[in-house]
Order: sequence, then structure tokens, then C-alpha cells
Amino acid sequence: MRMTRAVEGWTLVPLERFVMESGARLTLLLSPAGQVLAQHGFTRAVDVMAAAALGAAIVSSTSEIAKMIDAPLFRGLNHQGVHHGIFLGSFKTPRGELLALVVYDNDSSAGLVELFFENLRDELVAAAPVEEHREPVLAADFENELNASLGSLFGR
Amino acid sequence: MRTGFRQALDTITRVRGVHGALLVAGDDGLIIAEALMEGVDGKAVAALASSLSKRMRRSMEACNAGPPHFMHLQATDGTLVMVPAPDGVLVVTVGDVRMNVGLVRLEMLRAAEALT
Repeated sequence: MRMTRAVEGWTLVPLERFVMESGARLTLLLSPAGQVLAQHGFTRAVDVMAAAALGAAIVSSTSEIAKMIDAPLFRGLNHQGVHHGIFLGSFKTPRGELLALVVYDNDSSAGLVELFFENLRDELVAAAPVEEHREPVLAADFENELNASLGSLFGR
Repeated sequence: MRTGFRQALDTITRVRGVHGALLVAGDDGLIIAEALMEGVDGKAVAALASSLSKRMRRSMEACNAGPPHFMHLQATDGTLVMVPAPDGVLVVTVGDVRMNVGLVRLEMLRAAEALT
């Protein structure tokens, strides 16, 4: 069963390579608003939606803290637990700012994830199309857009 | 960098053929201290050596041989040696093929002891 899927095709090859090299269990590529571009390892749509919303919220919160202390924006956050770690990284691409949420276990490490995240970032920056002007998503279209994205992410 | 760490690495890097030495958080693969020649990617060495060390440890334990005390990889153009130290620290040395592995091993074991 294919574990890596993308809504935007240009993200697929860099993400597959990142997952293979870093040993990450779960990975999400998303916009700062929580819109998912690609995912690896998730099997349920509800988990993707929750992880995307929480990941975007964490990055947003830490960005505000950085502003409060006049620090440059944090580019990487690492939460380490006993059995799992969570890495959150943000970076700018021609397609706009993107976030990566990575969950790894004891088969990988913070060092490996951070190392290969740099490659992922560089490959995505090189592959990204220039951001097009997007109309705001209307409430009436929201459900259709969400369903279409989830369909791409789970092959439905 | 803490003086003790600096001294531990300096004694290793004085050996001929050594291109650099690092103290790595063994589980995380992150650098604790480093003394590297230009051109050696410390971050990559730390992350990959730590991953390799974890796998070697599992392999040795699967053979009922216990955890490894010294790991030595010889390649066409260089050498990587690792010594696990207390508290999950890994002492890592990168060198060329002329490196005196016996002397480096001795200095790495001393460095690992000094970290206790």
C-alpha cells in the first residue's frame, strides 16, 4: 500500500526521499493556514486534519512568541518524548511559506530528521511553482475543496 | 564549549590523519562538542554515526554479544571510528586512511572515561 500521497504533485518525490532517508513515521507538508499539500503514513483523514490544525497552531503560537521577544522566527521546533519525537519546521518557497510536521520514533533521531529536513527544504524550494493569486475559499466551496484534498491524500 | 569536552577532543585530533572528532548525543544524533577540519560536515556525521551506532548495538545484542565498545569502519578514502561513552554520549572520530587507529582508539577510550 502506498503510504505517501500528495495533493500537489511537485511535493511527492522530495517527500518520499525525505521519509526514506530520515526514517520518519509520519510526515505532513502543509501551509501555515493548515492546508495539507502532502502526507506520509497517516491512514485516517481525521488524523490528518487534526495534526495539520495542531501543527499550524503550534507554529503560529511560537511565531508570536518570537515576535514578542524581538527574535527571528523559529525555523525548527523539536518536541522529544520517550518513544516518539515531533519536529516542526517552516520555510519559504516560491509557492509561499510551508510547514513540515514530522513524527519519528527510536528508529530515527532528532539529528537525522533535522539533517534530512534541510535536504527536503532545498528540494521543495527548487521544485515549487510560483505562488498564484488564489481567491479566498468561500464557505460554500470549503467542504468540496476539503473533500477533494482528502480524496487525493487517501486515494479515494 | 566546556573545557573538559574541548580537552577530550583535542587529544584525539592531535593524532596524525584525524580530520575531526565529535561528542554526539547518542540517541538524538545531535552534536554536543566538535573539533573538525574544514570540509567535514559535523551535523551529517553526528546524525548518521549515531544512527549507525544504534543499529550496531541492536545487532550485537541480537547476537548475545552485549553492547559494542568500539566500532571501526574503513572505507576507500577514510575511516570512521566510534566509542560509546557513559550517559549515552558517543565519541566519534573521522580520519583518512593513514590514521593510526590503535592510537585513536586509545585516546577515544580515554576521552570516554574522562566524561564520567
